[in-house]
Amino acid sequence: MGIIGHIGRYFLLLKDTFSRPERASIYWRRTVEEMDLLGLKSLGIVALLSFFMGAVITIQTKTNIDSPLIQAWVVGFATRQSTILEFSPTIIALILAGKVGSNIAAEIGSMRVKEQIDALDIMGVNSAGYLILPKILASMLINPFLVMVSMFLSIFGGYIAGTATGIVGATDYLQGIQTGFIPYHVTYALIKTVVFAFIIATVSAYQGYYTRGGTREVGISSTQAVVYSNVVILIVNYALTQILLI
Amino acid sequence: MIEVKGLSKRFGNTQVLTDINAVFQRGQVNQIIGKSGSGKSVLAKCIVGLHVPEEGQVLYEGRSFHDMDRDQKKEVRQEIGMLFQGSALFDSLNVLQNVLFPLQMFATMSKREMEERAHFCLKRVNILDKDQLFPSELSGGMQKRVGIARAIAMNPKYLFCDEPNSGLDPQTSILIDDLIKEITEEFDITTIVITHDMNSVMETGENIIFINQGRKWWEGTKEELLNSDNKELNEFIFAGGLMRQVKKAMTGRS
Repeated sequence: MGIIGHIGRYFLLLKDTFSRPERASIYWRRTVEEMDLLGLKSLGIVALLSFFMGAVITIQTKTNIDSPLIQAWVVGFATRQSTILEFSPTIIALILAGKVGSNIAAEIGSMRVKEQIDALDIMGVNSAGYLILPKILASMLINPFLVMVSMFLSIFGGYIAGTATGIVGATDYLQGIQTGFIPYHVTYALIKTVVFAFIIATVSAYQGYYTRGGTREVGISSTQAVVYSNVVILIVNYALTQILLI
Repeated sequence: MIEVKGLSKRFGNTQVLTDINAVFQRGQVNQIIGKSGSGKSVLAKCIVGLHVPEEGQVLYEGRSFHDMDRDQKKEVRQEIGMLFQGSALFDSLNVLQNVLFPLQMFATMSKREMEERAHFCLKRVNILDKDQLFPSELSGGMQKRVGIARAIAMNPKYLFCDEPNSGLDPQTSILIDDLIKEITEEFDITTIVITHDMNSVMETGENIIFINQGRKWWEGTKEELLNSDNKELNEFIFAGGLMRQVKKAMTGRS
């Protein structure tokens, strides 16, 4: 199947996914379960990455702009801007595409090869809606929370790294993260996060849902889910940045 | 009753089924037999609507399935129970939750009534004491039983069993065959069993259809099966020494 065929089948799957649910209460319960599975269980890795990401940004910024003409608070400013505008929404989305996307593709792909999706279809359950919709909703609801935590920990990581190594003083860093703050940048980051969450859930679910064969093909679907999610995220990231920031 | 009229199915350039005509009667264990790759599972998937045939019709009580709209198909599907070759139980749900699943999705009854119905189905297949276990903790035979319990939970009019004996020892196979036959008679449902297990055919088969090279090659009862002079059918059913001995004992000729 060519790329146009895949895109067409992806949108047809979305149409089935968003058709009327059989029992809204069951879908909502599944959404809450998925928020725990896809979101809260990713909190540890997101926290760890974000803390060290912020620490590295601070040290690299300082070592690259070490000039008497540039004020010390700029390090905090640059760390905050890099974190809010790009690192937290995009890097965390790429990490989640690897962790959550492969999980979604493997789970749905295994259900396909074990005929569990056929079992749902024969019962009269809208298998696409039942399996995919809660994952989309859960990702779109929980990922902004993860990114907010990431932003905080990244900026905090920068503070710890800056003050512990002595390359930037606490007062200068705190002044920097408050200077020229534009609240819209957080809105921009959260819009990107929600769009990326939708991409991760749907592209990965598409790969899993159309798995054919056995366990080898489940592995291939899982890998493709990560690769395609990342590619789509990077392209959409550019488009959103141009639309929302220029 | 399910009727199949002039059904043909292709995958790309490969013709898998050609002009299949068959009637599956209510209250009977109808069997579709044939070699691996003969097209019997594809036929079953066309009948339940998982595959769309290029030509032909499948009629449920005279209503053409492929001409129905989405909601009508959904209604018919809620009247279908299916036991899959690998049982297809949901791994993340325990035995009771698996049986409760179709009830929670579609039944209009209280939670207590649903649990009573699920317990009744599990009791009917003699596995009530395992209701809190997960599918991975069950043997193949137990998984099949749970699969049957889930299939009958919604009081289906039609029961499909895809290779119900695959991977089971002979004793467990007989238990599963007996269970399918009992349930078919007890609830007066139209049962279609896809199999290549001749023991199962001789145990439960009433109306038997032999599929070969994607065509209906032969149809009849198990008594007629043993006396048929159809060459391909004889090659299939008497491939094993046991069946040749059964024929000799029953008909006096080898």
